[in-house]
Amino acid sequence: MTDSSRRRGLRRVCCTLTSSLMVAIFVTFSGSFIADMEVKASPAQATEANASTPSDASRQVTGKEPGETADHTKFEILQQDFKSGPEVTKACLSCHTEAAHQVQDSIHYQWVFANKTTGQTLGKRNVINNFCGNVASNEARCTSCHAGYGWKDMRQPPPKEESAVDCLVCHAPKKYYRKFPTMAGLPITEPKKFNGKDFPVSDLTKAAQSVNLAQRENCGACHFFGGGGDAVKHGDIDSSLTNPPRDLDVHMATDGGNMACSACHSGSGHKWPGSRFEMDAKPVTRDADGKSIPSYQIRRSNKTASCESCHSDAPHQGATLEAVKLNNHTDTVACQTCHIPEFARGGIATKMLWDWSTAGKKKDGKPYVEKDDNGNPTYNSKKGTFVYKENVTPVYAWFNGTITYKTDDDPLDTASPVVLNQLHGDASDKTARIWPFKLMNTVQPIDAESKKLAYMHLFGKDDNAYWKTYDWGKALQAGMDYMSKPYSGKYDWAKTQMFWPITHMVAPTEQAVQCGECHTKNGRLEGITGVYIPGRDSFGILDWLGYGLIILTIIGVGIHTAFRIVTRSKRQS
Amino acid sequence: MTDIASTPLGPKTGPETGPETGTKDSKPPLQHRKVKNYSRYERFWHWSQALLIFLLAFSGFTVHGTIRFIPFEKAVMMHDIAAFALIFLWLFTAFWTITTGQWRHFVPTNAGLWAVIRHYLIGMMVGQPHPYKRTLSRKQNPLQSAAYFAIMTLVGPLLWLSGLAYMFYSFWAGNSGNHDIFNLVVLLHLIGAFLMVAFVIGHIYMVTTGKTIFHYTRAMISGYEDMELTDAEVTYLETHEPDRIK
Repeated sequence: MTDSSRRRGLRRVCCTLTSSLMVAIFVTFSGSFIADMEVKASPAQATEANASTPSDASRQVTGKEPGETADHTKFEILQQDFKSGPEVTKACLSCHTEAAHQVQDSIHYQWVFANKTTGQTLGKRNVINNFCGNVASNEARCTSCHAGYGWKDMRQPPPKEESAVDCLVCHAPKKYYRKFPTMAGLPITEPKKFNGKDFPVSDLTKAAQSVNLAQRENCGACHFFGGGGDAVKHGDIDSSLTNPPRDLDVHMATDGGNMACSACHSGSGHKWPGSRFEMDAKPVTRDADGKSIPSYQIRRSNKTASCESCHSDAPHQGATLEAVKLNNHTDTVACQTCHIPEFARGGIATKMLWDWSTAGKKKDGKPYVEKDDNGNPTYNSKKGTFVYKENVTPVYAWFNGTITYKTDDDPLDTASPVVLNQLHGDASDKTARIWPFKLMNTVQPIDAESKKLAYMHLFGKDDNAYWKTYDWGKALQAGMDYMSKPYSGKYDWAKTQMFWPITHMVAPTEQAVQCGECHTKNGRLEGITGVYIPGRDSFGILDWLGYGLIILTIIGVGIHTAFRIVTRSKRQS
Repeated sequence: MTDIASTPLGPKTGPETGPETGTKDSKPPLQHRKVKNYSRYERFWHWSQALLIFLLAFSGFTVHGTIRFIPFEKAVMMHDIAAFALIFLWLFTAFWTITTGQWRHFVPTNAGLWAVIRHYLIGMMVGQPHPYKRTLSRKQNPLQSAAYFAIMTLVGPLLWLSGLAYMFYSFWAGNSGNHDIFNLVVLLHLIGAFLMVAFVIGHIYMVTTGKTIFHYTRAMISGYEDMELTDAEVTYLETHEPDRIK
């Protein structure tokens, strides 16, 4: 071989190898790079348009366009020295003639929810949950969150007089108006203590003159504090959402969408859709022909806005492989599952466990409270043992929006924890998706014989109230008697669970759950059944047959090599 | 380019004498010459395909959860892009193979297959020469042809058809609530993957069974290979395809 031909050969070798490698690497990695480009979901312009007006940048985005035609400080009827809530309401109604009966016809006033799917009659008035249990027999305390005044008996419908509607709790700034915690919804106008602390006195005149569309703090006055304290109940709804940073909630963030609750829970006639009792787990976004339905039609005023209302069912934009892949998930995975990586992210812990059975201990003959290092109560003589947690990873389950509740008439099977609100839907259900939940664990009283949930009489001035005499026997008997429920006189403790759907605290896109957190063994979706999840699942025995084939191939190669070596050395010797 | 397969010389198959004797045939002496058996495109195809298959196996078994060196989402991207590249390469190569007549090298044949298998199992251990004499019209021995043919017509298509079905599942079966089809698609893809990995291991090993360990590798890089040619073959090449012979 001549020198020149050797050089040519060398050049050919180099060319061949490098060109093959270059092409393959370039194609593969340029594609990966393109796929890395950030995928942005841009909501419809409609919500951007009324994000804020230059004149009032602090204003929250509601379901209505801003632009008032009335200045309530100029109304003569509001320039009086109001002495009570009902007085203010009467003044409001002198102009807003239809408001009272609208409110009185709503769930906020009736506390009744008729579930058409299951036929159950639910709502606060009827449901026993696994936080404080029941409203009945504890009215004046619990009805401090009623959108009215003076409802003191759950066995009766709420007050019928129009002046019993509370306008200010939803429409006045919290700094001027607060309902007192134990007065069936009434505010105080003279100084009064609650739990040893001065409770804010309401300025009814200022409140009446500064009414507004409901802001986050208005809804939050009750909804942030469900279950007896800030952040206790929902996990994704607490006072950190009053003015949240973008990291906590992109939609409500003051430096983000700055949306009021009614931006999504937008209704009319004082009815706000979006109850947890019956949900839309998978909004219909396409017509029968598979054509995308415009967002304004998805979002009708009798339905809560879903993520799809603004973001469509193909929210990951851009002609990238990643966007296509992610959009392929929207039929089986709720947006919330990836975009709310954790709940209770606002610095306030939510209650994850509540054991009523340990209540009643005393120190030096007095009830007491113990707290953990973060200042969260771990024990309270009135209520038992708690576990509070922050930054909680949700549990996940198939959910089609339908929930069946255990009622006070259902005997419970207490062999395992009783789910008080059974979720419907599974992998084969076209209307179901994988949703995130806060799973609340509680130990609460039942009738030892009938195994039915027992009504707790906690609050009151009588000697049967648990928070007065700490006697479960008396308190439960009184609760059951109050509701005229049969009671054996013996109580027991049952472990119960409730699923609380997580749908607020939507994180910015860059904080979304990473693919590998579900597509792995023992990942977030370990408990999801009925569907093959790549990275999590395998085919068991068939998998091992495959690995076996590879191992056998390698063994075969090894044996063959050994024979070659042995026979060669024999031949050579 | 002249159709290689149109040489006037038919393929030789099998040994002229029994493998026991190990003696050369008594035909006129053959010339040892360097012949370009692998064209530039063929080498490009081979090595880019090799790299893509490695990337696919690496990322694919990451997606499957067998190995975890890179994040899941990176593996998915790598896998999908490499898959498209490989499918494109295959489609183009199929076109190339058909138009250049190269397909004739890959048609499986039974003639001499057992002799080749016996050689690899026994013959090579006792120093017998390879029973198959490669010719210009059949550059692969029967065992090679059978393996490559199976990979290109069975395992390959199984992989990329099930792979495309896997990738675009949402577009053709999404929202049906029936996940059984998906399971089947994944299973078929996985079976293909295991077969492909087993083939690659075997293939890489067989490459080392040449005259020297790197004899075949070198041929696939440079394109040239030592061959024993008859005078007629030499004359044909020197006359019609001077670029292919040194």
